[in-house]
Amino acid sequence: MEATKLIIVAVGGQGNLLASKVLGEAAIKLGVPVRMSEIHGMAQRGGVVESAVLFGDVHSTIISNGEADALLGFEPSETLRAMNKANRNTTVITNLHPLPPFTVAIGKGKYPDLDSSFKLVKEKCRRLIAFDGVKLAQDAGTVMSLNMVMLGALAQTKSVPISVEAIKDTIRFNTKKNFVDINIKAFDLGYEAAAKMN
Amino acid sequence: MHKLLKDNPGEKMLLLGNEAIARGALEAGVAFATTYPGTPSSEIAENFFRIAQETDLYFEYSTNEKVALEVAAASAVSGLRTMCSMKHVGVNVAADALMTLAYVGVKGGLVLVSADDPFMFSSQNEQDNRYYGKLSGLPILEPSSVEEAKDMVKHAFDLSEELQEPVIFRTTTRINHSSGVVSLGPIRERITQGTFTKDPFSYVTVPAVSRNLHKKLLTNYEKARVLANKSHYNLIEGDGVWGIICNGVSYNYVKDAIADLKLTGKVKVLRTGFSHPLPDELIKGFVKDCEKILIVEEGEPYLEEGVKALAQEVGYTGSIRGKSADLFSRLYEFDPATVRKNVAQYFGAQTQAKQSVETADLPEIPARPPNLCAGCPHRATFYAVRAVLGDEAIYPTDIGCYTLGLLPPLSMADFVICMGSSVSSAAGFAKATGRKVVAFIGDSTFFHGGIPGLVNAVHNNHDITLIVVDNGTTAMTGHQPHPGVDMARLGYPHTRIPIEDVVKGLGVKHVVTVNPLKSKKLMETVKEAVDFKGVSVIISQEICPLYARTIEKKPKRAFYVNQEKCKNHRDCINKLGCPAFYLEEERVCIDEDACIGCALCAQICPENAILPLRK
Repeated sequence: MEATKLIIVAVGGQGNLLASKVLGEAAIKLGVPVRMSEIHGMAQRGGVVESAVLFGDVHSTIISNGEADALLGFEPSETLRAMNKANRNTTVITNLHPLPPFTVAIGKGKYPDLDSSFKLVKEKCRRLIAFDGVKLAQDAGTVMSLNMVMLGALAQTKSVPISVEAIKDTIRFNTKKNFVDINIKAFDLGYEAAAKMN
Repeated sequence: MHKLLKDNPGEKMLLLGNEAIARGALEAGVAFATTYPGTPSSEIAENFFRIAQETDLYFEYSTNEKVALEVAAASAVSGLRTMCSMKHVGVNVAADALMTLAYVGVKGGLVLVSADDPFMFSSQNEQDNRYYGKLSGLPILEPSSVEEAKDMVKHAFDLSEELQEPVIFRTTTRINHSSGVVSLGPIRERITQGTFTKDPFSYVTVPAVSRNLHKKLLTNYEKARVLANKSHYNLIEGDGVWGIICNGVSYNYVKDAIADLKLTGKVKVLRTGFSHPLPDELIKGFVKDCEKILIVEEGEPYLEEGVKALAQEVGYTGSIRGKSADLFSRLYEFDPATVRKNVAQYFGAQTQAKQSVETADLPEIPARPPNLCAGCPHRATFYAVRAVLGDEAIYPTDIGCYTLGLLPPLSMADFVICMGSSVSSAAGFAKATGRKVVAFIGDSTFFHGGIPGLVNAVHNNHDITLIVVDNGTTAMTGHQPHPGVDMARLGYPHTRIPIEDVVKGLGVKHVVTVNPLKSKKLMETVKEAVDFKGVSVIISQEICPLYARTIEKKPKRAFYVNQEKCKNHRDCINKLGCPAFYLEEERVCIDEDACIGCALCAQICPENAILPLRK
């Protein structure tokens, strides 16, 4: 099975480790080979959390620059920071709701202009799906479900070899009971948002 | 039931590398486990900590790595299967015990996990602990994947019992923090009651005994060498006239490179998993058959040095390359593309790497460095000391969250090398420069490595101030307990050792415990302490807010900026750097979801414009 390489970037607390775990568990159910790695050393201290999920016939657990088939960003400036992982065939999926790093508040850097930046991204890659995922997560019931919104959008693009149903089953099985309905709704809203961008 | 206790052989589970290591130990019947937490090893012990609550596994967070290994040594000498886990630099702390334990040996299997951290994702250096194999004479096993790690740990216990000596199980961050699909095996029954037979001429390492023990170690070394040559963890794959010798995660990148570059049938691979003693006969045989050889290993040229020496013995005249300016670096970690590029270059293969998109036209993205959390009491301590002493004093610091005090606007870290170095180096700076020196050490680090330095400072009459930033937990590595933590309130039977009692007991004459969130009071305390001639200690005590949340302490009311009162001095944002602040249309605001109501900013606002939100 040909390798598919997904990179997920987020800020500590946005729940990307759970998102990659859901994909991993779904892959096991489908019998799709899967390996993952994460760098989250100081995640609780407001740093960047990056995880790589590799499906298919590949032994590495990390993704070199230019080699991601899909880039899933939970925070728009982090998506832009990770663009060196993308090539012209990469599908880029990003939340557009900003979470500016603290350096901006103390005047050590300027938060990028998202409209013009993602216009550039759109020209560089195969496909760009960009929307306000935080809004959809709130519509689903809680901002905490942003990770499920983003998974829904990812599933819609079919850029990873994991079916919608397999992901939903895993969400039903692996997330806290009280949150299952919210998480499924969040997933569906993300899926629809991506579908509308076709 | 803890998921790692599932007795369902054959089931496939998605496990983190550190979970796989813990599971492997359980399948091997581990009965006794010790640790001092440190990234990237910490999750091994976290799992043991929880498993010990529901089984007869004995687990402890020891005071430091040396203590952890000594406790573990006695357990293994008493016949129990024992695991001792730590990060790579922890092995330095434990090295004194390790070097002579190698002479003494064990009865029950003892596996020492050394979690190395190439690239220093969260470490102060990237030393390559394979050299501890050479230094101690002990065997080293190193896995290439999460799946392999579980089974190899099991084998490590068997090997340790076969050789009657500890085995070093060496991982890197990309094993510890990768996840893979692991097939569960049966869990061997734990034997938890040890026996000790007195045998001082084997266990008491006076010179006359050690002279015999060193001989025994060398005999064992020879046995281990023979085993390494036969070990299925030293495997040769593929065919071809060229050769690659590799280890650890590099093996994965090599396999992917050979497939990508269509070199199958041209290059064979020797992967070392039992890498100390080196499988010398295997390497010699492999080398002889190759026209040229590439060594792919992160870190130091450990394999390369060994392979070159062995190649000389068999009169090999082909090229053997590894570390060099045009191939592999000794720095940082490898990645698949770098390995592919170097394999292609060395063997003259065509490579079509995917090109990164152009990013030069994208705006520069502001850095997102890790930061002390909103409401972190360390910030309050640093703020107060800077307010009193500015840059007049030298500030040696130590290893923990508070090392982040390095960053502006706090800028309160001048020197750190290892756990405990704050207080000892403070003494050296005070004597060598005659300047005021204020050192910072965390509560867990104080117990780990700070006490001997404090004894030294008192005994040698040094003129220093030590501030113990006591947040009631080992915060950095995920809130593990330490001897100063009140575990009784969490329902554990541990005895608490108050830091103030320790400090007074060591003969420190000026000791004050203060809450850093009372900023004026802390400043006065700092002034008095630095004016005191001799050793003074301030215990700056306030619970870590992240930890407080986990033990369900009620949060305080968040604060807001009253925009009518605020004159935009921005002392709050510019001097404290709390991440709960943000700017909106050039006005300072507070994110009420992030603010935990520590009230530090409210105390320093010259306009008293920062006020608690009404409920």
